[in-house]
Amino acid sequence: MFDNFFIIIGRHIISFLYFLGGLGNLAFKTIYFSFIPPYKKGRIFEQAKKAGLDSLPLVSLIALFIGFIFALQTAYFMQRIGSELYIASLVALSIVRELGPVITALVVAGRVGAAITAEIGSMQVTEQVDALETLAVSPMKYLVVPRFLALSLMLPLLTIYADAVGILGSYIICVFRLGISSSIYLRVTAEALFYKDLFTGLFKTIFFGMIIALVSCYEGFNVKGGAEGVGQATTRSVVFSFIMIIIADSIFTALFYFIFP
Amino acid sequence: MIEILGVEKNFNGNIVLRGVDLKIDRGSTCVIIGRSGCGKSVLLKHIVGILKPDKGKIIINSKDIVHLSEEDLNALRLKIGMVFQGGALFDSMTVGENVGFGLIEHNHTSDKELRETIEESLSLVGLSGIASLMPSDLSGGMKKRVALARALCIKPEIILYDEPTTGVDPISADSINELIKNLHDKLNVTSIVVTHDMKSAYRVGDKLAMLYQGKIIAQGSPNEIQKTEDPIVHQFINGLAHGPITET
Repeated sequence: MFDNFFIIIGRHIISFLYFLGGLGNLAFKTIYFSFIPPYKKGRIFEQAKKAGLDSLPLVSLIALFIGFIFALQTAYFMQRIGSELYIASLVALSIVRELGPVITALVVAGRVGAAITAEIGSMQVTEQVDALETLAVSPMKYLVVPRFLALSLMLPLLTIYADAVGILGSYIICVFRLGISSSIYLRVTAEALFYKDLFTGLFKTIFFGMIIALVSCYEGFNVKGGAEGVGQATTRSVVFSFIMIIIADSIFTALFYFIFP
Repeated sequence: MIEILGVEKNFNGNIVLRGVDLKIDRGSTCVIIGRSGCGKSVLLKHIVGILKPDKGKIIINSKDIVHLSEEDLNALRLKIGMVFQGGALFDSMTVGENVGFGLIEHNHTSDKELRETIEESLSLVGLSGIASLMPSDLSGGMKKRVALARALCIKPEIILYDEPTTGVDPISADSINELIKNLHDKLNVTSIVVTHDMKSAYRVGDKLAMLYQGKIIAQGSPNEIQKTEDPIVHQFINGLAHGPITET
C-alpha cells in the first residue's frame, strides 16, 4: 500500500517537473519570437481587448464586493478597539499590495486563460495549428506571442482598476454605513499608500500575466483526443495557473519583504 | 521530383514508419493507400515538414528538407499546398480570409489583387461568391473545397491531399475526385493523395503506393495494382474481411 502511495506521488512529481520543463521551453521560445519581426500590432490589440476590456465587468464586480467584505470584516475588529479610522489604511494596503493583484490574476486565469486553452486546444485537435505551419506561419508567433504580450500588459492595468474599485467598495461601506467622514477616509487612504506599495503590487502582475499566457497556451498545444481532451486541458490550465500564481506571489512577497522592507 | 528515402518515425516507442521509400515524379499524381492508422497522414506531414523523421531523407526539388533551416522550410512550404482531412479551416475567419490567409500573412499582394486571387481560387473549386460566409455555414464537402482553394491561393507546385473524400457523400466525393483530376490537368501540379477510398485512388492516381506496417509494400500504375498477386494488396484493394491483414 505504501509502495503504491509513493509511486503515485512520484508520478505526480515527475509529471509536474515535465510540465515545468515544457513551460520553460515555451517561455524561452515565446521571448525569442517576441523580438522577431514582423510585429503584428493588430493581433496584440485584439488579444489585449479580449483580456483587458472584456474582463472589466467581472473584475469590477469582484473587486467591489471584495472591498465591501474586507471593510466589513475589518470593521468587526476595529470597532472593538475603537480604531475605525484605520480601516481605510488597512484596506488600502491589503488591496494594493496583495488582494488586488492576486484576485485580478485569478479572475483573468479563470476567464481568459481558460478561453485561450479551449481555443488553441480546439485548433490543435482540428489540425488548424498544423494548417498554420503548412502556410509558413509560426503558431508560436501567431498564437502565443500576441497573447503573451497582451496579458503581460493588460494585467497591471486591470490591477490598477481593480485596486481603485476595491477601495471604492470599502469607501462606500465606511462612509455610508460606518459613518466615517469622506474627506478623512480619503486622507487616511492616501497617507497609508506609498509608491513602493503600488510598485510591489503591480510589478508582480506582469509575471502573473506571463504565467497565465504561457500555462494556457502550453495546455492548449498539448491537448490530446477530442472534446474531452479540450475540457481536461482547460481544467488543468486553470488549476496550474492558480498554483503558479500563488507560488510566484509568495516568492515576490518574500523578495519584497526582505530586499525592500 | 519528391524522393522519400528510408524514412522512419516512432512516437513514444510506437513505430509508425519503418523505412519508407517512394519516388514521385514532377507533375504526376501519386496516391498512397493503406488502412486507417497505418501512417499515411504521418507520412504526408513529413513531406510538408510539420514532422521530422527519426531517420531518412525527404528530398524535394533536390533539397533534403529534414535539415533545412526554419526560414528555408517556410519558403518551401509556400510551394506546397495541403488539404487536411477535416478541412482545418480557421473557424474564427470568413471563407475569404481563410482562402487568402497565406497571402495576407506574407504580404504578397494589394487588397484588390488579394480579393481577385481569393475569388479566382474559389471559382477554381466551383464555389464563387461565398467569400463572406463563415466555415460553420458550410457542408463537409464545401469545407474540403474551401480548404483546397486555400491551398491553391498560394499557387503551389505540389498539393497534398489528406483523405479528400472521407466523410462526404458519394456524389460530393466524386465531384472532389473530378476536381483533383481537373486541377492537376489544368495547373500541372505534383499531387500526393492519401486515401483508403479505392474508387478515388483509381480515379485520380497516375501511380498507387500501398503503405503497410510502416513500409511501402507495393507501387505501380492503377492497372498494375489492380492485377497484383500480392495477397495483402489484393485483400486491401478488394476490401476483403479475410486474408493476411487481420483486424489488429
